[in-house]
Amino acid sequence: MSLTTAPPRKPSLLRTITSSLNLTLGLFIIVVFFGGALISLVWTPFDVASLDIPNKLKAPGLPHLMGTDHFGRDVFSMILVGARTSIAVAVVAVGIGMGLGVPLGLAAAVRPGSFMDELIMRGNDLVFAFPALLIAIMITAVFGPGAVNAILAIGIFNIPVFARLSRGAALSLWTRDFVLSARVAGKGAVRISYEHILPNILNLLIVQGTIQFSLGILAEAGLSYVGLGAQPPIPSWGRMLAESQTMISFAPHLALFPGLAIVFTVLGLNLMGDGLRDILDPKIRRER
Amino acid sequence: MALLSIENLNLSIHGIDILRDVSMSVEAGKVLGVIGESGSGKSMTANAVMQLLPNGTDCSGTILLEGQNLLDLHEGQMNRLRGKDIGMVFQEPMTALNPVKTIGAQVAETLLIHKAASKPEALRIARETLNRVGLPEDRFPMSRYPHELSGGQRQRVVIAMAIALKPKLLIADEPTTALDVTTQAQILRLLKRLIQEDDMGLILITHDLAVVSDMADDMVIMQNGVVVEQGPAATLYRDMQHPYTKALFEASSHIPDRDYADERGADPLLEVRNVIRDYTLPRTKLFAAPGYFRAVNDVSFVINRGESLGLVGESGCGKSTLTRALLGLEPVQSGDILFDGDPVVKNGLVVPDIRRKMQVVFQDPYGSFNPRHKVSRLITEPYHLLPSSPTGADRDRAIAEALESVDMPASAAEKYIHEFSGGQRQRIAIARALIIRPELIILDEAVSALDVSVRAQVLDLLSDLSDRFGLTYLFISHDLSVVRAITDRVLVMKSGKVVERGATEDVFENPQHAYTKTLIDAAPQLPDVA
Amino acid sequence: MLRYSLKRFLSLLISLLVASIVIFVVIEIVPGDPATYMLGINAQEDTIAALREELGLNASKLERYWNWLSGMMVGDFGTSYTYRSPVNELIGDRIWVSLPLALIALTLSTAIAFPIGIIAASRRGSVTDMSVMGATQLGVAIPNFWFAMILVLIFAINLRWFASGGFPGWDEGVFAGLKALTLPAIALALPQASILARVMRTSLLDTLSEDFVRTARAKGLSKAKALRRHALRNALIPVLTIIGLQFSFMLAGAIIIENVFYLPGLGRLIFQSISQRDLIVVESVVMLLVFAVVLVNFFVDLTYALVDPRLRGRQ
Repeated sequence: MSLTTAPPRKPSLLRTITSSLNLTLGLFIIVVFFGGALISLVWTPFDVASLDIPNKLKAPGLPHLMGTDHFGRDVFSMILVGARTSIAVAVVAVGIGMGLGVPLGLAAAVRPGSFMDELIMRGNDLVFAFPALLIAIMITAVFGPGAVNAILAIGIFNIPVFARLSRGAALSLWTRDFVLSARVAGKGAVRISYEHILPNILNLLIVQGTIQFSLGILAEAGLSYVGLGAQPPIPSWGRMLAESQTMISFAPHLALFPGLAIVFTVLGLNLMGDGLRDILDPKIRRER
Repeated sequence: MALLSIENLNLSIHGIDILRDVSMSVEAGKVLGVIGESGSGKSMTANAVMQLLPNGTDCSGTILLEGQNLLDLHEGQMNRLRGKDIGMVFQEPMTALNPVKTIGAQVAETLLIHKAASKPEALRIARETLNRVGLPEDRFPMSRYPHELSGGQRQRVVIAMAIALKPKLLIADEPTTALDVTTQAQILRLLKRLIQEDDMGLILITHDLAVVSDMADDMVIMQNGVVVEQGPAATLYRDMQHPYTKALFEASSHIPDRDYADERGADPLLEVRNVIRDYTLPRTKLFAAPGYFRAVNDVSFVINRGESLGLVGESGCGKSTLTRALLGLEPVQSGDILFDGDPVVKNGLVVPDIRRKMQVVFQDPYGSFNPRHKVSRLITEPYHLLPSSPTGADRDRAIAEALESVDMPASAAEKYIHEFSGGQRQRIAIARALIIRPELIILDEAVSALDVSVRAQVLDLLSDLSDRFGLTYLFISHDLSVVRAITDRVLVMKSGKVVERGATEDVFENPQHAYTKTLIDAAPQLPDVA
Repeated sequence: MLRYSLKRFLSLLISLLVASIVIFVVIEIVPGDPATYMLGINAQEDTIAALREELGLNASKLERYWNWLSGMMVGDFGTSYTYRSPVNELIGDRIWVSLPLALIALTLSTAIAFPIGIIAASRRGSVTDMSVMGATQLGVAIPNFWFAMILVLIFAINLRWFASGGFPGWDEGVFAGLKALTLPAIALALPQASILARVMRTSLLDTLSEDFVRTARAKGLSKAKALRRHALRNALIPVLTIIGLQFSFMLAGAIIIENVFYLPGLGRLIFQSISQRDLIVVESVVMLLVFAVVLVNFFVDLTYALVDPRLRGRQ
């Protein structure tokens, strides 16, 4: 009998603690960075737009917590403002990826192997052949560099990620009897998709969303670093690093802090994703 | 001295008691049947003998194999013992074999791991063992991979792996539960032959009393981690003492009390005429037309109003495809499906007004509900078929009535499905089918996943409902005893065709088609107890 | 196996064809005329016309696509607008920096990730597992170009073990070339190794809970042997997918990392071409990188079939 004797599995204490620790730590980091980004909208310790050449290249200390750059701008303030760029780019890019990828994946799953499915999945494969950076390069070659183009590039790259994930999970849900019951009740594919499939893959999407969010932050930093992302005067962590490169031997703090900001944000998001995964415990295994 | 004797075994996992004071023993060359429903601890007892237990398990008592206490052995000693002195066969043959290794390599591994033979020698013995379990050389070369074999054949490979070193004890945990009834009979015969030839002891663990009744020398009945009754099979059947044993026995051969349909004045409700359903196979050649597989081949039958029609067949016979075709979930290539004289599907679309008179209950009580909705929303889903569905107090009253008609409290409506047991869920599934007052209910393996005692209750409920509401049933199952208990007429399906049909008792007493005979012979029988 | 390979090969060709169309179309929408751009605004009309003729810009779009595609098949990528030299020569010089860098990094990342993932999975919940997972969690979060800068700061500027950038060329000897690629390869590999190690661990843990591992244990295999002989190969299937994906990340990463180390690779070429609006070079390099990614995934697909007999098919 298929339902025999599954021993009561209590999650081990260690696991419970680590997963909640992950979540707490991750949330804490994220709140700090989002908070910083929000506060920077109304207030920063120093004005990031005004130059203060006499105070250039100050080492970390007071009043410049993280020192100043070669124009005398306060690094800490720039990092706060830069968080805005990172978050904005990543959030919109994940939004594009989810907004287009999930409906595509759900549509493909309605009839596996159908023309629609093949078209969507082959399209996905095609996008996968272009790493986000190549998409960005092509977009930049055509429209010139800028934050919007970075968002587009990362967003396009996110589409197949969500399409595959939701298709895989939806496929296994479509074989479940409760979907069959809904079909017996005369419900159509669209209605079943949003009423039965979507709520059951939501956990999975939330977890993947945090992961793509963190990848988006990394990608934005990379694009800005090579000059394909946000353009001056918009501060961004990636460009701060690019500018610091020539001064790394005598002003390493310029390279250190923006890098740490990226590492902590991404770490926070990943920890939160892991914690969420453990708590939401998606029953549907992710498929290739 | 007994080959294996378990004495006062207590087992707990993370502080939760799983087994209490379990004692049993098995002799060489004998079969010990261990019977219990889900949660009885029967599988855990087997795992304790193998010492393959989840982390956080506490074990006390003694498990003596030829006088040696297995609980005293450390992991390295157990490794040397597993596979050599004790072999084990599991329930799920489809997943029990490593998909990336050949069957020959997997059988030979048993010998190699215990350094019982050189490599060529091990391969030779593996070949012999595969021959012994009924996988002859010409049809089953050792280079076969598991995915190229059927479930029954895979189970034979698992058995070959377990007996390759001629262990003293074989443990089989629900070895035939996932298999068709004819395959089950073959596997049971094979096990019986092997233990006689090798003078092994066998512990056969099952939920099915009938399976052990032909096989076991001794029986142990378990419930909630405790042995409630044990003794020699022959006498245990005659004088059962414990009320649970009696209840289990009664439930296994339960026949619900029901009104039989009147043969005269038959009024056709559902007519199926020459239905054909083909599946296109994947292209094997680029430019050739793809082949097809005929899942339902020219099937015709009639269900009369108020009767209960059984549809039996083994997996892959086309009964599930037929069910989906009846519900309009799959297109048919030709033929007609008429409900009360009207086609169920018009222009490729299901006619809601007709469909609402036909409802269905599926097999899996765990998979047939959306875990995110409350029961009230779940059971009102068929309202989608009505032009205007009841709202407010009318809706609440309908929900309460539907729940009460399946003996569930109306308060269940506000709960989520995970708060209910398998049997309760199946009742809720029936309530969902009943809520729009259908005339026909299709029961697709509706009691197959339930424990026997729960199954008996659900069967009683079904027969009661049909009497009360004048329902018509199409009862689809692989389980002959259930079909026999609850249907008036029966169809037997094989390879997409109906090979035999007739009044249920006639077909069971006097089967005409060879396949029906095989099927009935293969089904394990409980001995008659007066 | 043959049919499977042919099928994958066919899909490789289709992917490349569609990718080439996408790239061509995207680059075609670029406003402005390359000839005007190259000669400056004040150039004579007839000079521009001559240059247009020379670059083959007067042909119809379809013809130009065909010329580009058929040219690439025989290794002719056209002529760079700015360098005025064949694009394949430009690429030929630089690919011997980018490709070795990506391959060394991929090898390094796999070599690091496999043992770590296996050890962590086999000692699930132990201190080793926890610390390895903590370290990889950090590794995943580090941007490779920043890691590269930190490596430069430590090993080139402070310790002076390596040059902080530049590439001597393979003519200077394999050792000198490899030395110049060491820091870039480490910077690329470690973050990716963290991802791969985590995937390896998860995949192994999933496989270890499969029924056939229990069967193997019942045969008398110890936990370690069951892992090695039964779980590992099955766990490899999702890991292969990630390795395939990582190659494309490595290539993209190599383009960025080249900037940190001033390596004369495809990355430098493509960024210079973008700023000079030398679109034929951009077009060709992007196509080449896509080709590399698609090719690697083709090999990954073939490896699947080697690992998993179910894909070989023998009906």
